[in-house]
Amino acid sequence: MNKKIGPYTKKVIEHFSKPHNFGKMKNPDGIGKVGNIVCGDVMWLYIKIGKDKKKREIIKDIRFETFGCVAAIATSSVITDLIKGKTIDQAIEFDRQKVVDALGGLPPIKLHCSVLAVDALIEAIFDYLTKKKRKIPKELVKRHKRIEKEKKEIEKRYKEWVKIEEKMHKE
Amino acid sequence: MKKKKTYLDYAATTPVDPRVLKVMLPYFSEKFGNTMSLHNFGQEAKNALEQARENVADLIGAKSDEIIFTSSATESNNLALKGITFANKDKGRHIIISSIEHSCIIQSAEWLTSHGFKVTRLPVDKYGFVNENELEKAIKRDTILISIMHANNEIGTIEPIKKIGEICKRKRIYFHTDAAQTFGKIFIDVNLMNIDLLTVSSHKMYGPKGAAALFIRKGIRIEPLIHGGGQEEGLRSSTINVPAIVGFGQACKISKKEMEKESKRLKRLRDKLIKGVLKKIPGSYLNGHPKKRLPNNANFRFDFIEGESIIIQLDLLGIAASTGSACSSAKLEPSHVLLEIGLKPYQAHGSLRLSLGKWTKEKEIDYVLKVLPKIIKKLRNISPFKKNE
Repeated sequence: MNKKIGPYTKKVIEHFSKPHNFGKMKNPDGIGKVGNIVCGDVMWLYIKIGKDKKKREIIKDIRFETFGCVAAIATSSVITDLIKGKTIDQAIEFDRQKVVDALGGLPPIKLHCSVLAVDALIEAIFDYLTKKKRKIPKELVKRHKRIEKEKKEIEKRYKEWVKIEEKMHKE
Repeated sequence: MKKKKTYLDYAATTPVDPRVLKVMLPYFSEKFGNTMSLHNFGQEAKNALEQARENVADLIGAKSDEIIFTSSATESNNLALKGITFANKDKGRHIIISSIEHSCIIQSAEWLTSHGFKVTRLPVDKYGFVNENELEKAIKRDTILISIMHANNEIGTIEPIKKIGEICKRKRIYFHTDAAQTFGKIFIDVNLMNIDLLTVSSHKMYGPKGAAALFIRKGIRIEPLIHGGGQEEGLRSSTINVPAIVGFGQACKISKKEMEKESKRLKRLRDKLIKGVLKKIPGSYLNGHPKKRLPNNANFRFDFIEGESIIIQLDLLGIAASTGSACSSAKLEPSHVLLEIGLKPYQAHGSLRLSLGKWTKEKEIDYVLKVLPKIIKKLRNISPFKKNE
């Protein structure tokens, strides 16, 4: 039997204890900010874009900053591992189940953390393509709109707290 | 590799004192009788039960026939609220509780509202204190019961229950207090404090799980929740859990002797811990009142990080603690106690409760003070809300 710590697998704890690729990135090409401090998890993903041998655009570097529980930190860490070096198309197609699998599973109540990690990635790519004034795939626009909508709904519910949160970002 | 184990979650549950375990053991296989049997086996068990009842009563200045044994503090609280209201519904249909009660009180009160009762949930101040004037104002003509906990299980705040008891006595309203966290730890006298009903629990004071009691002042009628063979004066039918109750009684006996000294020892360690954490960790705060708190409770919150992450980091170092963070709860909602004392959800996320007990040593407090600042720093490094340095 695989030994667990709390409700978490060894793999989750490994990423949580020694997270990969964390901390701010200087001059990122795209940033994805998702989640809300009110419900507990906030994830920021930074990406830097480069080119591979075939001249395709790839995620050359990726870093994260996360406020949240063990699962939030572990999913952030593992997604940076899984996405580094992938082409933008591959990153857009990325399936969140891969995050869960790479961690050897997550408790059901924490599965939303893997959604959050993929949302952050999508937002970072959206941000990059918008800045570059590129044509954004329909599917990506749709997902961006959904994430925005969810953010607004939470903001509406917790107006005052969101203000405090924004102030904290600036500090 | 043997990991150092530091248990600082005594408010959740305590280990059974070896002296308690010793007196329990014969009651499993040798003295296994049913207290309702007339033969010698039964009477042996019955005598042990009554001895335990005296020990429990003795610790709160009650008479032994005022003690009803139950299986848990949750059950005692359910019995107090539902039992009193159902027995007194002709007198009135209004009860008052505080907003920071344990969920078993809150849920019982909630359930009562679906049975024709009205409930006032009294707010508390930033320390978690119920205001006596506010309480008096909340009393209506048909108020039949007021239930305010003795001390809060999360933030450790000790409520002014003597004053509340006086109000209840003057207004002729039954007063119940949930003393699960204080019984056997700080002084309780049901007569001095004008308490009509009091909930106590065994596993928070070095007795076994599965035993608890409700003190019901003589002459107060309550409706039973469990009907059957008529044990416990017909107020709580069920075969008596003799080994657990014998252990509970022994734990009371020990507490009576050692409580005062132990409480002083814990207070010193608690204050050392609080002082150390607030000094060593920037952006750290104490939840609850600095003085009027349980001798063994320290509850902190830390800016920019989340409680479950702290708990697991501590656990990896062998330290057991708890948090009121949403991420660690089954409902993904932060602790109602922390919200009621005015904390915003993001502040409640970063909460940490360390509760001390009989086997807590000073070097364990030193160990926590050594590793906790590092953990907080590490988690803040990952957080996007850290201040730019």
